[in-house]
Amino acid sequence: MQEIPVTRYPEVLIDRPTHYCPGCQHGIAHRLVAEALTDLGVVERTIAVSSIGCSVFLYNYLNLDTVEAPHGRAPAVATGVKRARPEAIVFTYQGDGDLASIGMAEIIHCANRGERVTVIFVNNTVYGMTGGQMAPTTLLGQKTTTCPGGRCLEREGAPIRMAEIIASLGGTAYCARVAVNTVKNVMRAKKAIRNAFQYQLDGKGFSFVEVLATCPTNWRLSPTAANERVATEMIPYFPLGTFQDCAATEEV
Amino acid sequence: MPARVQFREDRCKGCLLCVQACPSGIILQSSRFNQLGYKIAEIPHERMQECKGCAFCALMCPDYAITVFKIEEDA
Amino acid sequence: MSERLFLKGNEAIARAAIAAGMRCYFGYPITPQNDIPEFLSTELPKVGGEFVQAESEIAAANMLLGAAACGVRAMTSSSSPGISLMQEAISYMAGSELPGVIVNMNRGGPGLGDIGPSQGDYFQSTRGGGHGDYRTLVLAPGTVQEAYDLTLLAFELAFRYRNPVLLLGDAILGQMKEPVTPRVPQQTTDPEAETWCLTGAVQRPGRVLKSLFLDDGALAEHNTRLAAKYQAMETESRAESFLVDDAQLVVVAYGSIGRIAKSTVRKLRAAGHRVGLVRPITLFPFPTAILRDLALAGKRFLTIEHNLGQMVDDVRLAVRTVTDSAFYGHLPGNLPTPNDFEAPILAALGH
Repeated sequence: MQEIPVTRYPEVLIDRPTHYCPGCQHGIAHRLVAEALTDLGVVERTIAVSSIGCSVFLYNYLNLDTVEAPHGRAPAVATGVKRARPEAIVFTYQGDGDLASIGMAEIIHCANRGERVTVIFVNNTVYGMTGGQMAPTTLLGQKTTTCPGGRCLEREGAPIRMAEIIASLGGTAYCARVAVNTVKNVMRAKKAIRNAFQYQLDGKGFSFVEVLATCPTNWRLSPTAANERVATEMIPYFPLGTFQDCAATEEV
Repeated sequence: MPARVQFREDRCKGCLLCVQACPSGIILQSSRFNQLGYKIAEIPHERMQECKGCAFCALMCPDYAITVFKIEEDA
Repeated sequence: MSERLFLKGNEAIARAAIAAGMRCYFGYPITPQNDIPEFLSTELPKVGGEFVQAESEIAAANMLLGAAACGVRAMTSSSSPGISLMQEAISYMAGSELPGVIVNMNRGGPGLGDIGPSQGDYFQSTRGGGHGDYRTLVLAPGTVQEAYDLTLLAFELAFRYRNPVLLLGDAILGQMKEPVTPRVPQQTTDPEAETWCLTGAVQRPGRVLKSLFLDDGALAEHNTRLAAKYQAMETESRAESFLVDDAQLVVVAYGSIGRIAKSTVRKLRAAGHRVGLVRPITLFPFPTAILRDLALAGKRFLTIEHNLGQMVDDVRLAVRTVTDSAFYGHLPGNLPTPNDFEAPILAALGH
């Protein structure tokens, strides 16, 4: 009788406890990135750009060459990295405050130039690290510490759908929105993240994956209730799917 | 016994996403606390034989706290 | 090399950057430095380099940060309002110890100010400029030849100290044309960068270039190490001393104003006035020792600037406990001539 492990964690994923709150899905997203880089055999040529927010500590969990970018500027930093080392696989890992608010100019122009970089965008509809303030992706009616009565369309505008915006830009080769709330969605997310890196590897252009994730602490929900909210509230507003795929376009 | 699930109890934060993911419904929240003060996830010994080794629990675990083994009888 | 070129200051800097081995340039249009990106957009790709017109100065400076993290020679250029926007990235670069060259063709401020020459950015340049406890090396050329030479030096110093280096000119220096002998730099690559830069983690743990230090005492330790580095930069301080030995009054002025003041000093010398000039070439580190020695030798001082009085603080700090410095500020909006400085110098001489 012998035991064969079904689960294998990639070597690039550092074996240490994370600082994330219980149920926070950054851990899943980190693992999917680690698996994609490992599967494609590009770990040793990858340069990561970490951003501001809970995921600034990306470098504590992924054993990669990493540079820390100022708030929102990761796509500009990644541009500099890629231009200096075109042979490297370059990715940023950003949250919704970082990418869709303070870093809106940088992400739009990085995508529009078609920089050969990959952006992993973790959207949990709230500023996590600073204590749960309203984000550009906060859903209407969602209560945060800076919209305690719930986000209001008239006052704060509508939540921004980044994947749709990024898909509309000329330099985007691949753009998808995924979730990690169910096993099926995690499998799809894994495939999308792998596609995104594959497109960079093939020099096709800019690639972008929006990952819907939970922030149980700042949503004031249990991890399992937060996970249910992804299906009941987030996905209806932020539909999952592939919004741009240059390979598919070419085939038509 | 086709499979075995191993929880790294020191890593578990008791989020119970694995409980939500388990199709056999055999993962439960323990009454025990780990060193971090979380009530950990566990599979009662007597129910381990119901595990099919799908590893959905590990797939959903944000803390890499779960390892699943398939058990093969020697030929 | 005997070749002589007739160049604008901006073009001299752009050419020198290419000669120095710069392979990445990131910029955004702003007057009066546009000749730099315009020249590089054509010439940099010819030598295999990367030119990117960024979406803003914020992005340009952060692209510089990214390229610097890879250990390549990289540069950005702008003028005052744009340099303000770059300060975030410059602070992060200082904190993460990343080498890069930033050119500021100083224009009038505050706010939109004007597009003419000014030295209003002295404080911003020499006090770090952004948030936090840091300094950048600041080089202030007074001629187009010096702009060329100091651009070569800027890359060398950036990598020697793993620190941003600011090349501080103004609209006069950027726009005027002079003959230049393009010198050949001693070094155009930085092999020692391989010990810290990002290459992809092959057969070694991942490297992290960061400015976040949350652990107990970590930031204090980091900043103490930075302070030691800034202290070590003192050996780089440079200034031009002109006819100071028998001078009663030493004029202190930098950049294009230093060069104009030099003409005034020459003219007043011809008329028999015992006046000399110290022209700081590095503004950080400031040439304190030179000024202090002159103060101890009994000289008096007049600082002339193209602003309301900024460098004069550093001159006063240099000569404190011995003497003081008078100040004359030429206001923005017009180009000073050597004649403009005659009266203030004579007044300071006591005539």
